[in-house]
Amino acid sequence: MHTIYEKPKSFIDTPTHFCPGCGHGIVLRMIAEIIDAWGIRGKTIGLAPVGCAVLAYNYLDIDMCEAAHGRPPAVATGIKRVHPDHVVFAYQGDGDLAAIGTAEIIHAANRGENITFIFVNNAVYGMTSGQMAPTTLLRQKTVTTPSGRDPINSGHPIRVCELLAVLDGSSYLERVSLSSPENIRKTKKAIEKGFKTQMEKKGFSLIEILSPCPIYWRMDANEAMKYIDEEMTRTFPLGVVKDWEHKN
Amino acid sequence: MKDRLPGGISIMKQLLTGNEAAAEAAIQAGCRYYYGYPITPQNELINYMSTRMPEVGGAFIQAESEIAAISMVHGSAAAGGRAMTSSSSPGISLKQEGISYLAGSELPCVIVNIQRGGPGLGDISASQADYFQAVKGGGHGDYHTIVLAPCSVQEMADLVYDAFDLADKYRNPVIILGDAQVGQLMEPVEFHKKPKKNLPAKSWALTGAEGRKKNVIKSFYPVKGQLEEFNAHLQRKYRTIEEHEVRYEAINIHKADVILVAYGTSARICKEVVKKSQQYKFKVGMVRPVTLWPFPKEIIRKVSERVECILTVEMSAGQMVEDVKLAVEGRCPVHFYGRTGGGVPTSLEIIRKIVEIVPDNRAANTLLQLAAVK
Ligand SMILES: Cc1ncc(C[n+]2csc(CCOP(=O)(O)OP(=O)(O)O)c2C)c(N)n1
Ligand code: SF4
Ligand SMILES: [Mg+2]
Repeated sequence: MHTIYEKPKSFIDTPTHFCPGCGHGIVLRMIAEIIDAWGIRGKTIGLAPVGCAVLAYNYLDIDMCEAAHGRPPAVATGIKRVHPDHVVFAYQGDGDLAAIGTAEIIHAANRGENITFIFVNNAVYGMTSGQMAPTTLLRQKTVTTPSGRDPINSGHPIRVCELLAVLDGSSYLERVSLSSPENIRKTKKAIEKGFKTQMEKKGFSLIEILSPCPIYWRMDANEAMKYIDEEMTRTFPLGVVKDWEHKN
Repeated sequence: MKDRLPGGISIMKQLLTGNEAAAEAAIQAGCRYYYGYPITPQNELINYMSTRMPEVGGAFIQAESEIAAISMVHGSAAAGGRAMTSSSSPGISLKQEGISYLAGSELPCVIVNIQRGGPGLGDISASQADYFQAVKGGGHGDYHTIVLAPCSVQEMADLVYDAFDLADKYRNPVIILGDAQVGQLMEPVEFHKKPKKNLPAKSWALTGAEGRKKNVIKSFYPVKGQLEEFNAHLQRKYRTIEEHEVRYEAINIHKADVILVAYGTSARICKEVVKKSQQYKFKVGMVRPVTLWPFPKEIIRKVSERVECILTVEMSAGQMVEDVKLAVEGRCPVHFYGRTGGGVPTSLEIIRKIVEIVPDNRAANTLLQLAAVK
């Protein structure tokens, strides 16, 4: 018999705590698939965030470290200094990476750390019950922007890839989404490219993934995918923002 | 080669500031990961590391903040390296988040605090006002760091060296609590190569899970009951540390009428008072805690049973004195003399305070005589 689909070996066979229709599980599974396919379990170290993916180490069967909220770039830097030839990646949400951890991500990029950042942009704080994130869209309703995000009081959505692109230390920045099987395949390619970037010591890589949070968007799973395509991508256009292989 | 000059002076001695001695001792102890952020009065330490670390093939990063620096220590410690950061009071406040995570993740590391005046931006002169922060926790949660308090440049070197072994032995952060005087003072120092202790292997470290089960470094225990169990484990570890790692220096405690308790720079001044009192009838002794946590309760309890009173001297508004009182449990009066905001107690001030708290002509006469010598 021929196996056409199976659980990645580096993905632990246990129920996840994610809500139905959540994007986190898809991303974590893809990371496990790449680790298996490339045979790099023995030289990969991951960083879990504080956010809905806090228990990533319960799902990935690899060495992993916790970091305080927003600090994965600094903790990952400390790990990479000890193991410069390992694959070190940090998995972070938008609150973790673009609010409380803004300084850490900017300076990790600026130092050109050979680390890959998997940046899950779901435009809300999922874990703490759906508050505004730095990436919340204008007019988007969240529990702390009940009448929609108003830039006068709450500022504008932060475009992280574009922000980091101006730093000489960043090497590969791409924004992808989970809104369709095709986009999920592109996301996996982007993560592979991120890992390749650090394995070839080309510097800092970050993959921003537009990811559904149906619970706090107050939608069903299908509507959430549509929301990514029709609303989120207008503020966060998909595509490669910076690539060391194709410098123009 | 002979390593002693006539008179027994070692040629191995170097003239260094306490800050530089701390840095060099860390290198000698095998620390290869240092992350810092500039702040006076610890700048000599980060500056020294920036040239010395690359010489030994180690990592040096001037981090974007103290929060980032302690987080980098978190990473290197998790990966099995000997890691250190240093700062002074305002920067140490920022590190509290990381220290709590390190304690909760049972990661070994060394943190140097060259204390300056507070609260707020305070000033850059010597202070001992971070005692509570260092000894009582500082960050959130039920945890302890081991706290070592050097009073000379040589002791700075010795304690930093030992700090790495203690950290590894107990998988626990160790704080070196110095102050601007101990940090910036220049004294001859010798780096003693010590035989390697038998320390437990770091089988828990993150190295990539090649051919073994994965390792996870975390402090998060969301399943009901797990955190309480983990905290009980931490508390058992802390009791073991209290049993085995208390260090102090006791001077003339057996003949003393009054005992001074002081650490770091304050202890240097108290030592002068003790020395001067030896030629008179009224005797002053002292206990100098070297470990502030675990605190040398036992010896202080013992001396409290036979002296008239105890005087705690600090460069603070009165912090360690609370632990002295807890150790004494009312067996004798415990007094306090302190200066803040860059004020350093003088031996004359300490003598006057002793005269004030011992309403006894014998003491007053001899001590005022003593003061007159000054
Ligand atoms: C210092 C600190 N502040 C606040 C929190 C509470 N907190 C936990 S997760 C989180 C936000 C997570 O949002 P995000 O990073 O977007 O991840 P998501 O849950 O959306 O995946 C916050 C504020 C914390 N754990 N630590
Ligand atoms: S709250 Fe949102 S991000 Fe968090 S698990 Fe649920 S769907 Fe996913
Ligand atoms: Mg989020």
